[in-house]
Amino acid sequence: MSFNRRDFLKLTGLGAVSAVAARAAAAFPFFGGAPGAVKAETNAKTAKRWAMVVDLTKCKENCTDCIDACHTTHNVPDFGDDKRHEVKWIWKEPYKQSFPDQENEFLKDDLSERRVLVFCNHCQNPPCTRVCPTRATWKRPEDGIVMMDWHRCIGCRYCMAACPYGSRSFNWLDPRPHIKTITPDYPTRTRGVVEKCNFCDSRLAQGQMPACVEACKDRALIFGDLEAPDSPVRQILRERFSIRRKPELGTQPQVYYVV
Amino acid sequence: MHDGGKIMGGLAVFFALLLFPVWNNLAQGKADYRPNPQILPKGNCVESREYMLSSHMDLLNTWRDQVVRQDKRIYVSTLDGKEHLMSLSKTCLGCHTNKAEFCDQCHTYMNVAPYCWDCHVDPQANK
Amino acid sequence: MLEKALQGGPKYWLWMILLAAVIGAGSLCYYTQLIYGLGITGMSRDVTWGLYIAQFTFLVGVAASAVMVVLPYYLHNYKAFSKITILGEFIAISAVIMCLLFVIVDIGQPMRAVNMVLYPSPRSILFWDMVVLNGYLVLNVVISRVTMGAERKGVKPPAWIRPVIVLSIPWAVSIHTVTAFIYCGLGARPFWLTAILAPRFLASAFSAGPALLILLCLLMRRLTKFDAGDEPIQKLSIIVAYAMAANVFFVALELFTALYSASPEHIAPFQYMFLGLEGKHKLAPWVWTSQSMGILALVLLIVPRTRKNMRILALACIGLNIALWIDKGMAMVVTGFVPSPLGHVTEYTPTPPEIMIAIGIYAIGLFILTGLCRIALSLRGQLEA
Ligand code: SF4
Ligand code: SF4
Ligand code: SF4
Repeated sequence: MSFNRRDFLKLTGLGAVSAVAARAAAAFPFFGGAPGAVKAETNAKTAKRWAMVVDLTKCKENCTDCIDACHTTHNVPDFGDDKRHEVKWIWKEPYKQSFPDQENEFLKDDLSERRVLVFCNHCQNPPCTRVCPTRATWKRPEDGIVMMDWHRCIGCRYCMAACPYGSRSFNWLDPRPHIKTITPDYPTRTRGVVEKCNFCDSRLAQGQMPACVEACKDRALIFGDLEAPDSPVRQILRERFSIRRKPELGTQPQVYYVV
Repeated sequence: MHDGGKIMGGLAVFFALLLFPVWNNLAQGKADYRPNPQILPKGNCVESREYMLSSHMDLLNTWRDQVVRQDKRIYVSTLDGKEHLMSLSKTCLGCHTNKAEFCDQCHTYMNVAPYCWDCHVDPQANK
Repeated sequence: MLEKALQGGPKYWLWMILLAAVIGAGSLCYYTQLIYGLGITGMSRDVTWGLYIAQFTFLVGVAASAVMVVLPYYLHNYKAFSKITILGEFIAISAVIMCLLFVIVDIGQPMRAVNMVLYPSPRSILFWDMVVLNGYLVLNVVISRVTMGAERKGVKPPAWIRPVIVLSIPWAVSIHTVTAFIYCGLGARPFWLTAILAPRFLASAFSAGPALLILLCLLMRRLTKFDAGDEPIQKLSIIVAYAMAANVFFVALELFTALYSASPEHIAPFQYMFLGLEGKHKLAPWVWTSQSMGILALVLLIVPRTRKNMRILALACIGLNIALWIDKGMAMVVTGFVPSPLGHVTEYTPTPPEIMIAIGIYAIGLFILTGLCRIALSLRGQLEA
């Protein structure tokens, strides 16, 4: 017989490879482009370098308005007591955990017991984007926002190992059943991708301030352009003493804390 | 080798079973089934009907990359120069509010499962 | 040539069917993971890499260690290794395939893995790891095919293969170096942030890999007519001993730097490993087992009388592999995440489906390795004894 075991192996191998290739090609059709032109929205808020100042002297200990606003706006799931699968964009951590390098044994009373708002620092020199193998997370050159592309992320979690601030969450499970009320304007995520605070890029594009900033009645969150000398962020940083998280790592966080 | 007849008979039965869905549909007169997506709105889409029919996925792909990666959110139609927000939930589903009778019609027929809806929300389904 | 893998006696087929069953069970668990997400594993927001990536790291070392037979044989013309070089290459091939599979099962969106090729990102070490691992696989497949093809025809291998073989030597070093770079370039993780990580990886690989090769030779001596001979095995055991000594020395250097400098962020992970932090010490018994087995194996390997006893040598090789597997395949990766950047101590325990998926991948590796050895043996007419 001319069809021997060798041919059989070759053919089955070939069959398996082409089946996998066909699946992969179906997932990645090589698209052409759209015919029309595209442009930015005209009323978008723009800056050269967005930054946030958290005024700890104004932020109230038991208030969670900003957290609720962010997590509702962005369909962030709530896993309750299941801390392993937790997803969060902005939350409060004890002062000593947020600023391990400022760990003085004796501190001002109001600081040592303080819980501090933490979220992505939109680092100027972000290690998370450096390590991403697909450029699914990258720093926008125009305004410094560290973005996430949830269509492209393969979920390798290298960025989570690289972030020195624990700012990133992974979708270990399907998040949808864990979102209390879905905001239809904003996508949810799917299992297997990483997410984090994105400085409300889509709100900025529509001319709105970040949801957390807008939600804070005590004006403890100040958002603005660090490159504009008379912006509100530059003003407060001129007048008050501020610190940043783990500055020794050279990541250059763009979130400042007034203490 | 005297089993030729048996083999042929066996093969015939095998193929008859294999093709069951085909002749069953033929027998029930459903062989000429065509998907029938319900296009609700009367006016123009963002591009011509023919273009949208054949290439809406190309368009959506451009929209997605432009919005997410280039921060460009406005699309200028080549039909009439009108500007549209590049948004699946707001613009597309704003007109075609009936995802089940619109998108899913052909997608189901063609057995394609675009993963848009794993994340993007169909406002109707979440009422 | 491949068709030779389809010939064999009942024992061979029984073994292959057993492996296939294990692969099947692993695939079922993987299917569950595809549907529910990586939440079925023991990983968490704080410990984001676990068993899978740790096995990947361990197996990159096994793959790289083929160089320890290729180099003496091809560069120094050390004839005693002529029979076992091909085995080293086979171990490399099956180990690299397992590595790639462990990466695939670890990522959250495996269907999108092609994105690494569609959007190449040279700033990412993971990108380079993909490049060098696939390159290494191709190199070893080509080399073993060409040399075995020549052997079958009873001719000398073509001249062009020699530069390819020489290239595979630094390439082997590169795969483990680049894998170490994945970890040691992260300022966020003080435990990994050490220049000695790559040398340490290489040292542990160059003892674990050849030790596995010794075990494979001893096993084939019992099961088949193939006998590597005592000389190469003894030579290998010396390589194992030296590499293990270097590894123990490197670990001691790490401990000294961390403990004597008394820098809290460097001490904390070691404290978690050996003693536990905040009353959480699941890893500690494993780490102590690993350390004591490693030292014991090293002593048995260094003392000539024990090393030359094939029984004791086999035991030492098994102990050494268990020790290094715990060290690299569990402790090294997990400890990098404890404590978390925010100072939390979250422990990690792999779940049963996660373990089953890992075992399934090992079964795939063994399946490939058995098939490849089968081919080599039948070419040389050295099947069952
Ligand atoms: S805080 Fe973390 S996630 Fe955010 S930019 Fe910095 S490194 Fe990246
Ligand atoms: S998990 Fe996603 S965003 Fe993070 S490094 Fe991997 S591909 Fe990039
Ligand atoms: S800036 Fe926007 S995304 Fe970031 S924490 Fe505030 S509300 Fe959330």
